[in-house]
Amino acid sequence: MVRTIDLSLPMSEEVARDLHAGDIVLMNGSMVTGRDRIHKFLVEQKPSPESLPFPLAGSVLYHCGPIMKKTEDGFKVIAAGPTTSMRVEMYEQEVISASGIRGVMGKGGMGDKTRQALKDHGCVYLNTIGGAAVYLADRITKVLGVWKLDEFGLAEAMWHLEVKDFPAIVTMDSHGNDIHRDIEASSMSKLRELIGLGQA
Amino acid sequence: MLKLRDGIVELYRKVATSLPPDIEDALKTALPREEEGSAARSSLSIILENTRLARETVRPLCQDTGVPVFYLKVPIGLSQIELRETIIEATRMATEKVPLRPNAVDVVTEKNSGDNTGLGFPVIYFEETASGTLTIDLMLKGGGCENAGQTYRLPAAELNAQRDLEGVRRCVIDAVQKAQGKGCPPYIIGVGVGAAKDQVTRLSKEQLMRRLNDSNKVPELASLETRLLEDINQLGIGPHGMGGRTTALGVKVGVNHRHPASYFVDVSLSCWADRRGRLIW
Repeated sequence: MVRTIDLSLPMSEEVARDLHAGDIVLMNGSMVTGRDRIHKFLVEQKPSPESLPFPLAGSVLYHCGPIMKKTEDGFKVIAAGPTTSMRVEMYEQEVISASGIRGVMGKGGMGDKTRQALKDHGCVYLNTIGGAAVYLADRITKVLGVWKLDEFGLAEAMWHLEVKDFPAIVTMDSHGNDIHRDIEASSMSKLRELIGLGQA
Repeated sequence: MLKLRDGIVELYRKVATSLPPDIEDALKTALPREEEGSAARSSLSIILENTRLARETVRPLCQDTGVPVFYLKVPIGLSQIELRETIIEATRMATEKVPLRPNAVDVVTEKNSGDNTGLGFPVIYFEETASGTLTIDLMLKGGGCENAGQTYRLPAAELNAQRDLEGVRRCVIDAVQKAQGKGCPPYIIGVGVGAAKDQVTRLSKEQLMRRLNDSNKVPELASLETRLLEDINQLGIGPHGMGGRTTALGVKVGVNHRHPASYFVDVSLSCWADRRGRLIW
């Protein structure tokens, strides 16, 4: 049974643990972006939470390198779809444990270490629509702030964003469920059938 | 060359903000095949909505405007040096005007050039033509799906893939199974077969410029393309890897002669946003 859930951000551990793989969520509130360089920086430099211009605890960390345009009233989001999450697999466990984020969002799912961290700390992985960058940008209502813009550039900076009805599907939950792992396994068994290898 | 430069900026705008009609039609055809209420169906409908919005508001349909790859057919006597300079100038202008995301990063300093130009960036291939018209094809190739490509050297024991077209088929299915949802399916898949590593990767990417209804002129390859599309859509990976019947929209195979000792198969994946376009001058 597919549930559609209105999710207010930031969220508590209890709310995160109540989410299950297959749930469709519409997010309202604030989230942050962070991709390759932000992850590397957070893990290598271990900045204190106070040194960041906005809090990460309870937030969703969106794997996204947006197109932004600078206007007189500040930055405007032009396009903001997800990037491939697996590239930050080596960092995510530590980022979840140090920052207290309750959601990681991107595309394509993540690996064993992240799945374990979701369980240990009460967090979920959210899969959103790859390439739907304009549709998703229209669900970002405001740019609240930015961190590391000069150092990492527009695409790799951490953006603090206000969102309204931002859609995603919970594909990995804090109970060990993982839709990506399941589809990988079933497609592998289909592949073996298609090329006549027999089941592993 | 100034007019040509502006023409290339417009080509960038068109390719970044609109999906080729054959791809959009294929997505529309795929939608009703997915179950009502499924993740596959809702993600296809969001993709189509996104495509419409991008075209109407003239915004890039994906934030990753990719690596620009140019294929030029140049009439005899036209300077390739000048054409290259014109493309680079147009790339700088398009980055600002469309806008494109600055994607060119210096490997040594880690600095983003900010304007999508740099060493080997954009990618430009020239070919001379006896025709009197200059043809410029542009593809914006996203990074996520570029990372999902694979190169195989046949024979490949783990797939029991020998040096024949059945071996090629096995490689392609394997590449898509490995890619899962990481490169934004439904995919358009280009395959290149031949003797040299550099040549097959270029050949596989060139196949992504073919329209979906462009059937291979070689009957054996045409039937391989059809069969592979059916095979891949049985994998159950689906739009964005969340399950479903639509894992690919098309498979295109290109071949060169191979060396007796070498049988390379390269698989290039394009995300559903196979952004390509042509300027004839």
